[in-house]
Amino acid sequence: MKVAYYPGCTLASKAKAFDQTARWVAQKLDIELVELPQWQCCGGLVPQVADAVMGLLAPVRILADAQSIGDRLVTLCSFCYNTLKRANLIIQQDAERRQKVTDFLEQQYDGKVKVVHMLELIRDEIGFETVRSKVTRALTGIRVAPYYGCLLLRPSKEIGLDDPEDPTVMEQLLEALGCDVVDFPRKVECCGSFMIVNRPEIAAQCSATILRSASNLGAQLLVTSCPLCQFNLDWQQMRMLESNGEISPVPVLYFTQLMAMAMGIEPYLLGFEQHLVDPRPAVMELRL
Amino acid sequence: MTTVKLSSRRLSSELLREIEELSGQNLYACYQCGKCSAGCPLAFAADLLPHQIMRLLQFGMVKEVFASQSPWLCVACMTCVTRCPKGVDVAKVMEAIRTIQLREGRGATQVFSPPAEIVAEVPQLATVSAFRKMSL
Repeated sequence: MKVAYYPGCTLASKAKAFDQTARWVAQKLDIELVELPQWQCCGGLVPQVADAVMGLLAPVRILADAQSIGDRLVTLCSFCYNTLKRANLIIQQDAERRQKVTDFLEQQYDGKVKVVHMLELIRDEIGFETVRSKVTRALTGIRVAPYYGCLLLRPSKEIGLDDPEDPTVMEQLLEALGCDVVDFPRKVECCGSFMIVNRPEIAAQCSATILRSASNLGAQLLVTSCPLCQFNLDWQQMRMLESNGEISPVPVLYFTQLMAMAMGIEPYLLGFEQHLVDPRPAVMELRL
Repeated sequence: MTTVKLSSRRLSSELLREIEELSGQNLYACYQCGKCSAGCPLAFAADLLPHQIMRLLQFGMVKEVFASQSPWLCVACMTCVTRCPKGVDVAKVMEAIRTIQLREGRGATQVFSPPAEIVAEVPQLATVSAFRKMSL
């Protein structure tokens, strides 16, 4: 299966581990990820006011470029996924803004490319049974809490990846890998998002609530699809572990890192050195 | 208890129309159930809760809403949008409130100077998104 792939700025830098393990996993699953020959940042957020045009230029340029590769565009970062999918809907539904944007870009685009998250592709086209059949080292005996955050799911009317209050796609994936899945009540709560930049103390409180809950439930790992959730939970966790004994370590991994582990990747390719809270002690318990 | 004086003149405010137009939302659809505020992850830090902002707007009290820090805290996590039984997209209302202030040059009241040690560490998408929200 050949699909266009948009990594996004963070996967090319601070979240390289996510990109590298995703490419490795895709190869195992016979998915050919074709990275767009040229791409720039998607803008991070889709503009929400009715007359905004400028903020649509970046995501629409990406979507229009993807047309040359195929009718689908795969992403991994929750921010990119949300921005591209919502911008695409605006182009489909708002003829006036579509005209303005395509005139400016001098590219024809009518919203035909389907924006797909890697988790959707795995669930709907590859199937969890295939995933299970590729597992060479089942991750049994480790308690993993799935953490979805916001943008992978909401607004659900536009995103529609899974149930916005009780999604299960990650649980199904984790089960296929052999993990002991923690029923995690805070799995769709906000980590504080980009508030980490201008009001870090507020974002820290949001993340702390999630971490306390995960630790209390005995989770040994948290799993996410968003580089910002990963950072916020990792950063705040490091501070909590340094300052008090309130929580036990719950390293935060990308779902592709866990998949790669279960499918037999060489450990040095997992990018664990990019994490603040070292996942190795928890992973060692698996004796892979 | 503070006394609030209501007047019909406020309801014909141009700014109120602008908030409705930019957000595409019917402000009067809100029936004050408070679900948005109950689920808001930033409620603990907000000076006005989402349902209070909606109520003030219904009374045309735009000045009071513009004085609030809450729209600048909103990160559009969309929890309220998902849960509103009347289908009001509160995140769009918040963005409309921010946009009008930014267009009037009042975004400058939000000094945007993130600590250097944070900027060095955070993923790029956080800085990009924060700038997006704080500028036009």
